[in-house]
Amino acid sequence: MYAYDEIDRTLVNERVSEFRDQVKRRLSGELTEDEFKILRLQNGVYLQLHAYMFRVAIPYGTLATNQLRALAHVARKYDRGYGHFTTRQNIQFNWIKLAELPDALEDLAKVGIHAMQTSGNNMRNVTSDQWAGVAPGEIEDPRIWSELIRQHTTLHPEFSFLPRKFKIAITASDHDRAAIKIHDIGLRLIKNEKGETGFEVLVGGGLGRTPFIAKTIKHFVHGRDILSYIEAILRVYNQYGRRDNIYKARIKILVHELGIEKFSREVEDEWQHIRNSSLQIDDEVIEDIRSRFTYPAYEKLPHMPDELRQAAADPDFEAWRKNSVAPHKVQGYSIVTISLKPVGGPPGDATAEQMDALADLADKYSFGEIRVGHEQNLALPHVAKRDLPALWKALDKLGLATPNVNLITDIIACPGLDYCSLANARSIPIAQELTRRFANHELANLIGRLHINISGCINACGHHHVGHIGILGVEKNGEEVYQITIGGRADENAALGTLIGPGVKFDEVADVVEDVVEAYLALRERPEELFMDTVKRLGVEPFKERVYATR
Amino acid sequence: MPLVNSGKIVDDRFVKLAVDTPLPEGGDILLPAERFLGEADGLLDRPGKVGVIWPNNRDIAELVPYLGRIAAVALVFPTFRDGRAYSQARLLRERYNYRGELRATGQVLRDQFVFMLRAGFDAFEVKKQADAEAFMQTAKRYSVFYQPTGDGRITALHRRMQLRHSEGVGT
Repeated sequence: MYAYDEIDRTLVNERVSEFRDQVKRRLSGELTEDEFKILRLQNGVYLQLHAYMFRVAIPYGTLATNQLRALAHVARKYDRGYGHFTTRQNIQFNWIKLAELPDALEDLAKVGIHAMQTSGNNMRNVTSDQWAGVAPGEIEDPRIWSELIRQHTTLHPEFSFLPRKFKIAITASDHDRAAIKIHDIGLRLIKNEKGETGFEVLVGGGLGRTPFIAKTIKHFVHGRDILSYIEAILRVYNQYGRRDNIYKARIKILVHELGIEKFSREVEDEWQHIRNSSLQIDDEVIEDIRSRFTYPAYEKLPHMPDELRQAAADPDFEAWRKNSVAPHKVQGYSIVTISLKPVGGPPGDATAEQMDALADLADKYSFGEIRVGHEQNLALPHVAKRDLPALWKALDKLGLATPNVNLITDIIACPGLDYCSLANARSIPIAQELTRRFANHELANLIGRLHINISGCINACGHHHVGHIGILGVEKNGEEVYQITIGGRADENAALGTLIGPGVKFDEVADVVEDVVEAYLALRERPEELFMDTVKRLGVEPFKERVYATR
Repeated sequence: MPLVNSGKIVDDRFVKLAVDTPLPEGGDILLPAERFLGEADGLLDRPGKVGVIWPNNRDIAELVPYLGRIAAVALVFPTFRDGRAYSQARLLRERYNYRGELRATGQVLRDQFVFMLRAGFDAFEVKKQADAEAFMQTAKRYSVFYQPTGDGRITALHRRMQLRHSEGVGT
């Protein structure tokens, strides 16, 4: 956990008072809606279909229990009793009142939470691996660097009015859980041959209407130079990124139009001017940030405690354990993923009661820490294995023990037409229907790892391009039509999916997905061959044939 | 439109000239970039100060040969969501060591003052009277800064190091 000091607290409070003034000026008419729009977006406030939507940052996906309780409090006091976890380690509240927003922000500021730059054309919440600091084999805790970059990108005097939004993600594991290749800047923490910490820097990834997988711009940037290198990228982008067309304004388009070689030369030129400046980070600064992260005092525990051995007789517990519990770097501990994808529920939603109860469980079983992942699930990062049976029982009572992590019903979806003013089609009802179709755990397990991603419009908030099965809702002649892609993925082997055929109507989507899955089960060489591997081996044609043969 | 300079509302000494306005004999003038570059030598010899209005899509490096002889550079925010002039301002101050007046023009609201001050602006053509009057108060809104810029304000990272060292004394 990172603990804010007086300096961080002061800044967040100053921001809250600035926003209070801005809301006051809007309500008095001193600011036009046009002017206010840019200002409220800088604070995560959107105007949606029915009300204002408020997006709060959970930097690099780490939450303390008092912070989760504060989010529950906001849900209860200012909203309708629930919140929605997004694909970028944020939480959204959908029914907030403008006049109450400054108070909600002030309540959150008390526990070191803010909503700065969770929307608008600026540097967004810095995201990272939700297993940071606990995953076996990690190079080092990427949150130290994430926090350094969070600070540097907050209220940046030069880059707060960029051509378009700008997202940075960091991973320190071979297996990329932070989806860095679909970010404007992706950072992969590595060591050079001297054992020094640095980053492979990727640039120009992103989804939306023109999706790109990020390209490597530099194979190794030393840790001490990372801020100046990021600053150089941003300075080139701020000056040369397109501002004439909102759909061509992301850095991915600039990188694509210039080509990665020319773009990287521009960045290199700029970087040489600024790398030996006060942007250089010395070890002491890193150590200072590291010192404000606290780590649990782990006990020395057995690999296989009696409690776990006894609970293994319960098939329901075993189903959950096998699905939701992952190895921890410390013996005797586990990482527990908490599915926010119950059968029939909207993906990523949690009620205030669930958040409060989860905070209590985290205090009891996870050293007071909770994580948020881009798959719209939560995690308890430090659970002693002996506590797993008790934790499972408690989670089950809360409806938080659905054993479907990474399975076909662990669906990523945007809010879609039920909330969003940009959407062309509904997302949540599609997800709900799919969770019902595949509710049988045996069936889902038989299918194995399979990610479905649903977006309700071309802006791709549900990351449909990188879903193993991607579903994109569009509007055609006043009707919702859904395009289905397969073969996408968001991890270290990130790839964009391929369309399998003409769009289908709302009530046909679940049937088509069932057909795709049936085709996979018939085509896979053996049960261990995952869906994405079968697609990779055979291409989309055999799927297309089977799905569209009878349509 | 009120002009704020060094924190106070002041009279604008500069007269803005269009591309084809005849040159006045004396007095301070602000000219569009194109005209300035075309007539630079003649302009710089006349009595009165000369400043240039530089568009936000033109390379600021072109202005470098003249920086020692001009009194003001006005950068443009066509809308306040267009942030290109922040980069131009920092380059002028931090890379090219420009020390004359650096003026923000266009859609300038109080909500940008802190960013602009940090980027090196010291003069502001403010769109609304109320914002101009609130300048001093707004400029002091923040006391914590995470990024180093040419304005010399001490950053949070540095302040922490100082605190660490002072706490470390005697231990």
